[in-house]
Amino acid sequence: MIRWLVGLIGLGLAATSALAADPVQIGVGYLGVAGTRSTLSLVEQPADNDGVAGARLAIEDNNTTGKFLNQRFTLEERRIREGEDPVEAAAALAEKNGFIIADLPADALLKVSDALRERSTLLFNAGAIDERLREADCRANVIHTAPTRAMLADALGQYLVWKQWKRWLLVVGSHDEDKLFADALRRTATRFGAKIVQERTFEDKGGARRTDSGVTLIQRQMPVFTQQAPAYDVLVAADESEVFGAYLPYRTWDPRPVAGSAGLVPRSWDAAQDQWGAIQMQNRFIKLNSRRMTPLDMQAWTAVRMIGEATSRTNSGDVKKVTDFIKGPDFSVAAFKGTKLTLRDWNLQLRQPILLVDGRMVVSVSPQEGFLHQVSELDTLGYDRPESKCKLK
Amino acid sequence: MLRMWRVGLLSGLALAAAPAHAFIAYVSNEKSNTVSVIDTDSWTVTKTIKVGQRPRGIDFTRDGKFVMVAVGDDDTIQVIDAKTQAIVDSLPSGPDPELFAQDAAGKILYVANENDNTVTVIDLEKRARLGDIQVGVEPEGMTISPDGKTLINTSETTNMAHFIDTSSRQIVANVLVDARPRFAEFKHDSSELWVSSEIGGTVSIIDPKKHEVTGKVTFEIPGLRKEAIQPVGIGMTRDDKTAFVALGPANRVAVVDVASRKVTKYLLVGQRVWHMAFTPDEKYLLTTNGVSNDVSVIDVAAQKVIKTIQVGELPWGITIAP
Repeated sequence: MIRWLVGLIGLGLAATSALAADPVQIGVGYLGVAGTRSTLSLVEQPADNDGVAGARLAIEDNNTTGKFLNQRFTLEERRIREGEDPVEAAAALAEKNGFIIADLPADALLKVSDALRERSTLLFNAGAIDERLREADCRANVIHTAPTRAMLADALGQYLVWKQWKRWLLVVGSHDEDKLFADALRRTATRFGAKIVQERTFEDKGGARRTDSGVTLIQRQMPVFTQQAPAYDVLVAADESEVFGAYLPYRTWDPRPVAGSAGLVPRSWDAAQDQWGAIQMQNRFIKLNSRRMTPLDMQAWTAVRMIGEATSRTNSGDVKKVTDFIKGPDFSVAAFKGTKLTLRDWNLQLRQPILLVDGRMVVSVSPQEGFLHQVSELDTLGYDRPESKCKLK
Repeated sequence: MLRMWRVGLLSGLALAAAPAHAFIAYVSNEKSNTVSVIDTDSWTVTKTIKVGQRPRGIDFTRDGKFVMVAVGDDDTIQVIDAKTQAIVDSLPSGPDPELFAQDAAGKILYVANENDNTVTVIDLEKRARLGDIQVGVEPEGMTISPDGKTLINTSETTNMAHFIDTSSRQIVANVLVDARPRFAEFKHDSSELWVSSEIGGTVSIIDPKKHEVTGKVTFEIPGLRKEAIQPVGIGMTRDDKTAFVALGPANRVAVVDVASRKVTKYLLVGQRVWHMAFTPDEKYLLTTNGVSNDVSVIDVAAQKVIKTIQVGELPWGITIAP
């Protein structure tokens, strides 16, 4: 009788304490660079909140789920200005946040990840597409939701080969990142049996991207620049620096399609993507941010959702527990791409389909049919396990 | 026989005048903005009804007199008169209705509104909105327990089955399942709730009393990559012995032995199969195949696909007259 009573009281206590318990707080930091770069096309000019807007939506999504699990997510944003130390900003964020979403250049990201090594903080690289961050410079505390240049190039290359556009005229910009994208495209051509019939370099001689009578000039320049090329099927442009790529479509000497940095572009996400239930998320995003969703927004959304997925599966806000689950074999996340996304355990890169878009529509989604793989067809995009130079430390 | 049936319709006679084994199936075509009407005697499309934009969830009213179809992009549920096969009304569903469930009496309708994380409750007789229930992100699957006391809603990004008390309209339990839960179905004896996870690739079996996942149905098709297996629609025979699970882009319907929770057979149907409905005599099971724009007819006893019927573009949901 007494035992029964004690049991009842105990039960009552447990029930009240469960009801009254404060929600588990899960802090997420967002570390980006202040200011935006300018693009050739005015409509592609990124908003000031590019990236963090996606993180904000995912925080809302996580909190909707979190209210059923007594978990609460918060977002703290930091932007570093030129000359500011990213490590200092990251350390300040890490005080309160176990997870940091980073949109930083490769070198800054490496500095931050090395500085945070002693802590349990988990970093998500949402912005940098550099191969080396997943290869020689990979880090055990950095998960990559941004695709790599090789993944983007392979996604485009598979489609061009499927389309039987196998002769490429490669035009490369004069900046380092243009050259890196060109390297990736050359690798793709070799892998999938396309032929680069000629390469040209478009020298950046400086100059403004906004001018009052620019079109007249460009209309004369681009045909001249592309004339006397050997026979080719498609012009592939490597212009991450936004110097000339967008000027090429409809202005080539020969009537040929343009792909790469302009024309048909490989991207992790697009505002036109509406398949696999994506329309719901696009609507939620527009409602929250009064603009359309970009690839960087999606890469940040996915990172925050990965955290939310792991906290709900583990029913825990403990950073170590959550990190182990994300890196473990049972982790996957749904991100409106028609298939579950998983991590490559050898370098912590998120496997993902890549969209091929023309600025208005999603033209296709890679991997293309017929590109087979023994583990996952998503691993036909980018460097595969046997080629990887990554040793996670 | 077909002409007789048509005459029956025209003169406004009840559908019961049709031959005993002929039933009428209504299929929502998401892309064409139409509903195809199929006669299960001749297995042909007898009529195509123009409806609102993006028709998906579709169901007969309990009395068999009307068909309700959720037209998400018009933010309403349209009502088709089964006699005249014309749209006669619309319901105040809330934004972007997708799937819905009605209570046993056919008086209350519960609608999943994907765009604002709510389930809307509608009084079917008064055509009035009674209230909203806040659920997880992107509510989709909807079903009611056989005793009518519990409403189940699945939320696709929250990855939960929410158990809602139909009298208090409060959530009483949330059960985490695999990624992107699309559809929920009770066993007729109420002992189990089956929830399909499209991205997770599994069907979770939940004990509705303990609110716990007690097992999972998994699928494996030789020669097919795992990512292509995306379970959506579930149909369970009245004796609770056999379940059919539509596997999306795997282009197959799995036949599952309910007791052992094991797949006994895979039936090849059309491309991207999502939803299904039994004929009332349970002789046939009809599935909607989105990408091939057709409906497959499965002979339930023989477990064989016997027929394919071309319908509109991207067929999504299906309902058959009681």
